[in-house]
Amino acid sequence: MTRFDYSDDSVVVIVGSGAGGGTLANELCQKGVKVVLLEAGKRQSSATFVNDEWKSFGQLAWTDTRTTSGNWRIARDFPQLPAWLCKTVGGTTTHWAGASLRFHAHELKARTTYGAIDGANLMDWPITLADLTPYYARAEDKMGVTRTNGIPGLPGNNNFKIMYDGATKVGYKTCNTGHMAINSRPRAGRASCMQLGFCFQGCKSGAKWSTLYTEIPAAEATGRLDLRPESHVMRIETNAAGRASGVVYMDADGKQQRQRARVVCVAGNSIETPRLLLLSESSKFPDGLANSSGQVGRNYMRHTTGSVYAVFPQPVHFYRGTTMAGIVTDEAAYNPKRGFAGGYELETIALGLPFAAAFLDPGAWGRDFTYYMDNYANLAGMWIVGEDMPRESNRVTLNRDVKDKLGLPVANVHYDDHPNDIAMRNHAYQQGEAIYTAVGATKTLRTPPYPSTHNLGTCRMSARSRDGVVNKYGQTHDVKNLFVSDGSQFTTGAAENPTLTIVTLAIRQSDYIADQMRRRSI
Amino acid sequence: MPKAIPIYIRAIPALAAGAVGATARRAAQEAPASTARRRFLEGSAVLSGLLVAGTPIALLAPSRAWAVALTHIDQAQANALMDLARTLYPHPTLPDAVYALVVKDLDVKAADPKTAALISAGVAKLDQQAAGKWTNASADARTAIVTANQSDPFIQLVRGQCITSLYDNDMAYAHFGYQGEAFSHGGYLTRGFNDLTWLPNPPADASPPVA
Repeated sequence: MTRFDYSDDSVVVIVGSGAGGGTLANELCQKGVKVVLLEAGKRQSSATFVNDEWKSFGQLAWTDTRTTSGNWRIARDFPQLPAWLCKTVGGTTTHWAGASLRFHAHELKARTTYGAIDGANLMDWPITLADLTPYYARAEDKMGVTRTNGIPGLPGNNNFKIMYDGATKVGYKTCNTGHMAINSRPRAGRASCMQLGFCFQGCKSGAKWSTLYTEIPAAEATGRLDLRPESHVMRIETNAAGRASGVVYMDADGKQQRQRARVVCVAGNSIETPRLLLLSESSKFPDGLANSSGQVGRNYMRHTTGSVYAVFPQPVHFYRGTTMAGIVTDEAAYNPKRGFAGGYELETIALGLPFAAAFLDPGAWGRDFTYYMDNYANLAGMWIVGEDMPRESNRVTLNRDVKDKLGLPVANVHYDDHPNDIAMRNHAYQQGEAIYTAVGATKTLRTPPYPSTHNLGTCRMSARSRDGVVNKYGQTHDVKNLFVSDGSQFTTGAAENPTLTIVTLAIRQSDYIADQMRRRSI
Repeated sequence: MPKAIPIYIRAIPALAAGAVGATARRAAQEAPASTARRRFLEGSAVLSGLLVAGTPIALLAPSRAWAVALTHIDQAQANALMDLARTLYPHPTLPDAVYALVVKDLDVKAADPKTAALISAGVAKLDQQAAGKWTNASADARTAIVTANQSDPFIQLVRGQCITSLYDNDMAYAHFGYQGEAFSHGGYLTRGFNDLTWLPNPPADASPPVA
C-alpha cells in the first residue's frame, strides 16, 4: 500500500473522495502526480452496503451536527439535517441515483439569459458550454452514461410506465428512462443493473458508477494514491508567502496529524468545503482562507426540489427497480412565459416503506397521512429538480455556539426561498399532478423538499476576484495552490443533477493542475 | 421463505387459549410461564396479543401469540401509549403487535429518567384531557385531544417514535406490501420490476428492453 511521508511537500492533498475529489485523485495519479486523499468517512464496499434504508443511512450519511436557519421548511422539519450527503469513501457517489445530464448553454449564462432578478445574485459562469463539451464527453465515457457512447437506455420500471403514460397524455415530448450512470449491460468490469431499487443505499451490484469502486481502485493501481479514510481535515495551513503549505487532520486513531502539500484541493461538498476555508482563518486571512471576496459560504443553492406522489387504483410497487431512471426534460428549457426564470426536470423517484413514512409529509399524522401508507403498494412518485436562485444571504457560516466532536464550530446553513423558486416549484407541482391525474390517480400529494441532496455554489467561480472564490479552473483567486474541486464551484445551479458536471470539472481541473505543476507555477 | 419474526414475539400458551383477535392485552400476572413471571418481577408491564389467522403478518410469524415485556413503563402507561400510537397513525387492520413495537422502543428510551418523567406526565395529561381515562375515550375524542396538544414535546416524542418503529419492521413490510431487501433475491429484474399491465408499455426508444 502506497504511503507518503507527512513531511512530503511534493504531494497534492485532496480533501474528500467523492465525485470531485475521487475523480481528481485518479486523473492526477494517471498523469504521474502523487496524491494524498483524505476522507473523513470509512471505506465500505458493495459487499458491506445494506438494502435497508435506516441502517444504510447510519452507515453512509454525514450525521455530524449541523444547524439551520431561514424560512425554508427544512429548518422546521429537519433542523439538524440540512443535507443528505455522505461521509464515506466515494462520498455522495455511493448514495446518488445516477442521473447524468449536461447543462444547457444558456444555463452557464444565467445572468445574461435571465437578466437581473431582484434578490438574486445571478452571474454568468466564467466558462461556456463549448469549454466543457470535450470534458463532458470524457466524463460520460468514464461513468458509462446510458444513451451515450453506444450504451442503451435502461428498461423502465412500473413507476416509469406511469410517468410515461401521463407525460404523453399531458403533451410532453421528451420522456424516457434518462441518461443514467448505471450499466444497462456489463461495462468497464462492472455488472449490469439488477433493478434492486436500493440505489440510494449504495449499489450492491456495482452497476451504478461510484468513485468508490472505479476511480479510487484505478488510482491505487498506479501506486501513486495514498488514501487515508477516517481522516477528518480540520484546518488548511498557509506559509509566510500566503501559499497553502499543508493540512491538519484528525486521523483514524484520534491523533492530530499535519500533512505537508504542494497543492491542496478541497472537495468536501458544498457545506464542508466552505466550512473548512472559514475554519482556516488566520491573521493573514481573518475572514477565512481565500475569502477576500466575502463570498466563501455564500450563494448556497439546493435546487428547487419537492416531489409529487400519487395513489392509483391498482398496484404499482414503485420501489421495484431503479430509483430514478425516468425523466421528463421538456420543462428544462428557458421559458419565462411560465412566470419564472430557469427550468426544471421531472424525474421518477421511489421510497421504501420506512422512508415513505418519514419523508412523504414530514410531521404529518392522522387519517389524512395514513391513507398514503395504506396505499403504499399503489404509489407512484416523481422528484422536481429545478434551478433555484443564488442569494448572497443563503449561506454556510460557522456556528460558534455549537461545536462538533472535534471541538470545531459546526456549519449553519441559512436558506430563504426566493419568489422565483416558489413560482417554479408551484408550477412543477401542478405539472406533476397533471401527469398523474391524466393516468387516473385517485389522489395526489405534494411533498416539500427533502434534506438537500444537491448542494452547490458556496465557493463559486467568477471571472473577477471580487465576485467569487475561484477562477474558471476552480483555483482560488487568493491562493494559487489552493483549489476547490466539488459542486461548491458552481456559479449557478442549472436545472440538472450536478454530478456529471462535477466530474467534468474535475477532469478539466486535473489537466490544468498537472500543466501548472509541470510549469512549476504551483 | 417467510422471514423469522424478531425475538420479542413469542408464544404464551395461556394467553393463546382464550384470546382471539389482535386486541387482547393482559397484565403479566396472568401468564403462567416462569420466564414471563420472572420478567414481571424484573420489569413493570407486558403487552400481548394474538395475530389474526391468515393475515400476511400471521403467515410470517412462527406463532400467532406475541408478547412484549417492558421494564421502565408501567401497565397503564403502556396501554395509554398503544392508544396514542393508534390515534396518531390509525391503521384499522394493522395489529397491536406492530403498535407494541412503538411502546417497546419508547421503553428503552425511558431508561433515561427525563424521558420517563415526560412520558409519565404526558400520559397523566391525556387522562386529564379525557375526563379521567384516556383509554376509554372514543377514537374521535382521542384524535381531538391529540390535535389540541400536538406540539407538546411528549406527543412529538411518541409521533417521532411511531415513524421509525411502526414502519421499519418485517411485519409492517408484509402488511403494507413492501418487499424489503432485494439483493439476495437477485433484485427485481425477474421479480416484476416492470410487471404492471394496466397501462401500455412505453415504446422502445423511451424504455429499451432489458439488454
